[in-house]
Amino acid sequence: MNQRARLSLIVTQTLVLSLMLALFGRLFFLQVASGPKYQNAALSIQSRDIVNPAIRGAITDNSGLPLAMDRPGMQISVDRSATDALSDKGLAVFARLAKLLSLTPNDIYTRTRLCGELAIGQRTGCWNGTRQQPIPLTKLVTQAQALRVLENPSLFPGVDAASVPIRSYPTLAGENATHVLGYTGVVTDADLLNSGNHYYHNEIVGKSGLELVYDNYLRGTPGVKTLIVDRKEVISSVAQNTKSIAGNNLVTHLDARLQAATEKALASSVARSRSLGYHADSGAAVVMDVTNGAILAMASYPTYDLNMWQKGLTTKQASDLFSVSTGVPALSRAIQGVYAPASTFKSISIVAAKAAGYNMNSLYNCPAQLKVGTQVFKNFETKSQGNINMTEAIAVSCDTIWYQIAFDQWLKDGGLNPHSPVNDYFFNSARSFGVGTKTGIDLPGELSGRLPDRQWKQNYYDTNKAFFCNYAARAKPSDLTPYLIAIAHENCLDGNKLRAGDAVNFAIGQGDTLVTPLQLTSIYAAIANGGTLWQPQVARAVLTPQGKVIRTFTPVSNGKIPATSSDISFLHNALRAVATRGTAAGVFSTFPIDVAGKTGTGQVLGRNPDGSAKNDTSWFASFAPSSSPRYAVVMMVSQGGFGAEVSAVGVKDIYSAIFGVVGNKVDPTQAIFPKSGPSATIPKVDPKYAKLSAGVLTK
Amino acid sequence: MSRLLGNSRRAKSFRESVAGYDKQLNLIVGSLLLIGTLLVWAATRHWFASQGLDPQYYVKRHVLNITIGLLLAYGTTLIDYRLLRAYTPFVWGAGILGLAAVLIPGVGSTINGARSWISFPGGFTLQPAELAKISVIIGMAMLLAEARDKDSAPSHLDVIKSLVVALVPMLLIILEPDLGEALIISASVIAIIGVSGAPSRWVIGLLLIGVLTGVVAVKAGVIHQYQVKRLQAFVNPAADPQQSGYQLRQSRITIGSGGIVGRGLFSGPQTNGRFVPEQQTDFIFTVAGEELGFLGSGLILLLFGLFFVRAFAIAARTSDIFGRLVCIGVIAWFAFQTFENIGMTMGLMPMTGVPLPFMSYGGSSMFANLVGLGLLQSVHLRSR
Repeated sequence: MNQRARLSLIVTQTLVLSLMLALFGRLFFLQVASGPKYQNAALSIQSRDIVNPAIRGAITDNSGLPLAMDRPGMQISVDRSATDALSDKGLAVFARLAKLLSLTPNDIYTRTRLCGELAIGQRTGCWNGTRQQPIPLTKLVTQAQALRVLENPSLFPGVDAASVPIRSYPTLAGENATHVLGYTGVVTDADLLNSGNHYYHNEIVGKSGLELVYDNYLRGTPGVKTLIVDRKEVISSVAQNTKSIAGNNLVTHLDARLQAATEKALASSVARSRSLGYHADSGAAVVMDVTNGAILAMASYPTYDLNMWQKGLTTKQASDLFSVSTGVPALSRAIQGVYAPASTFKSISIVAAKAAGYNMNSLYNCPAQLKVGTQVFKNFETKSQGNINMTEAIAVSCDTIWYQIAFDQWLKDGGLNPHSPVNDYFFNSARSFGVGTKTGIDLPGELSGRLPDRQWKQNYYDTNKAFFCNYAARAKPSDLTPYLIAIAHENCLDGNKLRAGDAVNFAIGQGDTLVTPLQLTSIYAAIANGGTLWQPQVARAVLTPQGKVIRTFTPVSNGKIPATSSDISFLHNALRAVATRGTAAGVFSTFPIDVAGKTGTGQVLGRNPDGSAKNDTSWFASFAPSSSPRYAVVMMVSQGGFGAEVSAVGVKDIYSAIFGVVGNKVDPTQAIFPKSGPSATIPKVDPKYAKLSAGVLTK
Repeated sequence: MSRLLGNSRRAKSFRESVAGYDKQLNLIVGSLLLIGTLLVWAATRHWFASQGLDPQYYVKRHVLNITIGLLLAYGTTLIDYRLLRAYTPFVWGAGILGLAAVLIPGVGSTINGARSWISFPGGFTLQPAELAKISVIIGMAMLLAEARDKDSAPSHLDVIKSLVVALVPMLLIILEPDLGEALIISASVIAIIGVSGAPSRWVIGLLLIGVLTGVVAVKAGVIHQYQVKRLQAFVNPAADPQQSGYQLRQSRITIGSGGIVGRGLFSGPQTNGRFVPEQQTDFIFTVAGEELGFLGSGLILLLFGLFFVRAFAIAARTSDIFGRLVCIGVIAWFAFQTFENIGMTMGLMPMTGVPLPFMSYGGSSMFANLVGLGLLQSVHLRSR
């Protein structure tokens, strides 16, 4: 062999062996470096999980009465592998089933298709689970319908009827608690991607309210049967088969009877307001234990029946939940509705004024109106009162005294050219009371309200300057009135400046200030308990299905309000005077419980869809008994009219339920809570609560 | 007959001739055949049993193929390969006839988009391209080794003649179309010309032509749609998940899921679930990947590596140019086919339907492989 032939042989050999080496490297990468990844991929190809839902824990009130619980329901499901094997792919069966369930065959066809089988746009109602899993058509069939299916397997091949847990809201005390409890639903693809919760396809999870916040406790662990299948989806073996583990029960601070009474009081306040000629589009009421922030009742109006979700929402029902014409029942006004607090804010102003050095016992002039700069500000809930002290000013809800004080303080801070540092007694006081900050309640979607301080003014101006300066071009034609144009012009020039009008409006809770009914409850609870802002809490404890307490929720302080003990006792007296001889005396003067509170009547700018001017927000914020406060109760009726005539009456109804007031007398046997207040012991949750009936209420 | 068997004076008993084989090479191929048999069995037994069919159907036929192939290999070693030259035109002509026959409708049958099979009664099929490979290797080796001194290089004319010998069957194979076989023959052609001592510009030129042809063929649509799809699936396996991409993805997952030690013979869930189509033929390596793991499939690669080392040793040892060129042709064929097949199962190469030498189920390729082994042994026997 010559040199060249030898060389070419070596080159060829090197080439061939390097090809083998390349294969070896690739093999190492696939099996050793990426082995685990491919093992997972293989498992997902071969395995099919059949999820057997766990019984979801109950949500109970503070006596163990279930507010939400799973009850046995009857479900009709279709096994696709069986119907697909029929010569007509199950069409005849679907037609029979449609007749039985009063659905259309097309409904059933769509509901039994995997989402990937249908064209995009026709997937509404499709099944997002697997082909192996029985596909549920409905969970609310009657015994008779289920029997028809079970007794005629030849007519309904591949169709099964079985009992499954369904979420139920038994309203044992007539309560509804829709916005607090929230609802459940099937886990979505986004949920599956987003959470480290190890959801399974088609698992039922909390979607809102307590159901959402405490989902990890309530949900339990579904039983999983993992089948190993081949390429043709023929089952070859069972890889694992775990039993479902029931979820834990959640005990709340709510009292079902008080919740029912609160809802009733709110609804009748709305009705009363409407009978007085107001729009009364919505409302909220909150009852809180002032000693720890426990939410004893929380209601929002309008509301809806949570059981609706289990029946399956129709398109109309779904759109009604969020429709303005029906009052957006999905919205929880207590934590998601924000309104000007109006005169209820004056309790905060008292603390601000005391900090600024005003003597509460001095006499202040309360004229019918006060001219601040070029603008005239009027007394709203009262007329001219002459010279009165601060207690009377609160009792009769004089505004003009506050206009004067706020204007003076605004001038002291430099007016339109503020010097640094400014005192801002009113803003600082409001901030310390939690205005503009979420309370941190254990419910989703809470709003923070708004504290319209100097920084907010500046931010608002920066955002909207372009609009104000081009108002004629950008505003709706209907808003092009000379008055609004003048305001826009003013805002364009110096909208970032805190004007005298802003300052005086702020002192009486008007202007741009917004609070939620819950925030105001928290504020009045703090005044009542001597200064602690408790974080509102609905949950009280988590119990295993066997009754073992695995978590108790202890009160959390959000801080102290900046009130001295003399401020507190002044407020207690003044707020009590509101009920005895002030704006709410008409409601409470003969009431056997010592209620301390403050009316509020908030002006609202803007118009209703029908063109009418918006009515005032009716507020009553209170606590009782004033001597040793235990409960804070706040009611708000949007577009409800005067605070005294609508909300104060509603609050009185709630106190009547708490203390057992019948006529003008206290009947302790009718009281929801004994004198010592809500029970301090964590109740047992009856494992057989599913059998509870309304008779249990005579506890 | 005695001429065919070589010089009667040197005619040996079976025992003697076997003693002259390269034993290591036989041991290596024997191991590959044994592992391959187990893998074919593993790939098919569960699936056939689940269909209510004989679980040993494939493995029985595989053993039969191997037996026939071994007889052919033994027969090949009996022939003095140097005498093959005289028969080369006939072998080559028979190959051409076979290749032409498959193109005749009614005679050739189409499997996986390529008309490359002749069906015989009794369910047996023959793939002429497999046997045509051998005729091309011998034909080219003959032309390039003929009538020259040990140290003189083949002339341009010799190279052109040898290329004609290769191109005619290649064109017929491309017409089937069987891209994989055509590529394998190209590898042999280039390797034989390279080692023959022919001017190196031929090698470079042929490589360039090969690349250009490929590009033009894809552009001009000469390559069939299914081949383009396979290539696209190679670049982006998610593009066509149910077809070619599905196969490649499943193949890669099946191998990767074997991990270091594998799932155990007959216990691979991917294999038993039949997730990889055509697993007993072109995708036999995935069975090894899943069930035998990195250790087992690495051993297979090692055996192939050792096979090539031994084969090169035979090529280097022989003083006969013709024998060396035959060896190189056989090596290039096996090397490229092994690389293409295993590379395809691991996503390293695009999908072409070529079986894994000595391991895949399939009669024609098994026969051809073992005849290839016979040629190597024949050269080895007579190189002393």
